[in-house]
Amino acid sequence: MSNHTLVWTNDMLDGFVIAVASGKGGTGKTTIATNLAHYAAGLGKKVQYLDCDVEEPNGHIFLKPQIDHSQQVTVDIPQVDLEKCIGCGKCDEICQYSAIICIKENVLTFEQLCHSCGGCMRVCPADAIKQKPLNIGDIEFGKAGDIDFVHGKLRIGHVRTPSLIKKVKNHIKQNHLAIIDVPPGISCPVVEAVKGTDFVLLVTEPTPFGFNDLKLAVELLREMNLPFAVVINRYGIGNDEVEKYCKAENIDICLKLPDDRRIAEAYSSGRMIIDELPEYKKHFADLTKVIKVS
Amino acid sequence: MDSEVDPRFGRAAYFVIIDTETMDFSVIENENVAAAGGAGISSAKVVIDSGAEAVLTGNCGPNAERTLSAAGLKLYTGATGTVAEAVELFKTGKLTEAAGPNVESHFGMDK
Repeated sequence: MSNHTLVWTNDMLDGFVIAVASGKGGTGKTTIATNLAHYAAGLGKKVQYLDCDVEEPNGHIFLKPQIDHSQQVTVDIPQVDLEKCIGCGKCDEICQYSAIICIKENVLTFEQLCHSCGGCMRVCPADAIKQKPLNIGDIEFGKAGDIDFVHGKLRIGHVRTPSLIKKVKNHIKQNHLAIIDVPPGISCPVVEAVKGTDFVLLVTEPTPFGFNDLKLAVELLREMNLPFAVVINRYGIGNDEVEKYCKAENIDICLKLPDDRRIAEAYSSGRMIIDELPEYKKHFADLTKVIKVS
Repeated sequence: MDSEVDPRFGRAAYFVIIDTETMDFSVIENENVAAAGGAGISSAKVVIDSGAEAVLTGNCGPNAERTLSAAGLKLYTGATGTVAEAVELFKTGKLTEAAGPNVESHFGMDK
């Protein structure tokens, strides 16, 4: 079992992509991601913050960016020309998601089930299927002080979360420390958000729920062969199961943020911990020192 | 025929194909019970391919309803009790034909 401690020298901050993830929701991903971004920017580093929690992005509440432009994100879905369709059913056969089906020479499409693989268009012998764009969300760009800010916003009623996350990540800037705020859980959106990053911070809380979901997240990251370390937020509540587990599994705990009512108060009014409670600056300073891929 | 009607269409364990004249029947095991998605659509295709003309079920979502109606099948929701009882309700005109889906997508996912 390799130990993924990261010794984070100052020059490593440039061009480095860190994902802040968690199994359980509400453990403090955004708190850690935004404060880390703010801290690193305060060191004079070029920092980019990308909120990939596109179903409910909330980093903007804390970083308060000035949004200067945005773009719509579309995916391609099939549009069938029934005049040309010969009812052969080949599109139906190839689609693994029942997004296009052929019923008695009638072809139906279900746009929310489509994964945009393009298979139906390729196999159609009658050239009856064309692609049409489906608007799934928006990406907004701006500046939060010196921090380069990007976030994705999935449109209500749409389900193509990984597609939007992928498009958000296309905007990762070279020569910046890029911090990715990952959605909670361990399913497809999380896989898409952490894929290709240099290091993952797994934020958890020392409760049975936090512990259970942490183990699932660790399994995922090991499967993906990504280096990671654990952040324990609200340290002091619950029990010591998380710490025992990390020790047994040789996983680094790179930050323990105490359970402090003042942190919760700052959070609940959209303020940054390191501004409100400067004594916690050293926690984030420590965080920037412990990351080392081995 | 003595089994309870599943309240879900797309993720029902079995489809019982019945000739309501003779009451002869055959049983199709539904492979879409644990499908990741699109269970209603795939199940509708199974039923359509069986040659059935009408579907009696507890509840039916929008995708399955759209698929069934594209093939011209009639849909009757609200069926309860055993399969035999549901057929009896249908034959005596006590089940009403659904004008559309009677539940939202993913209705049967938590069962």
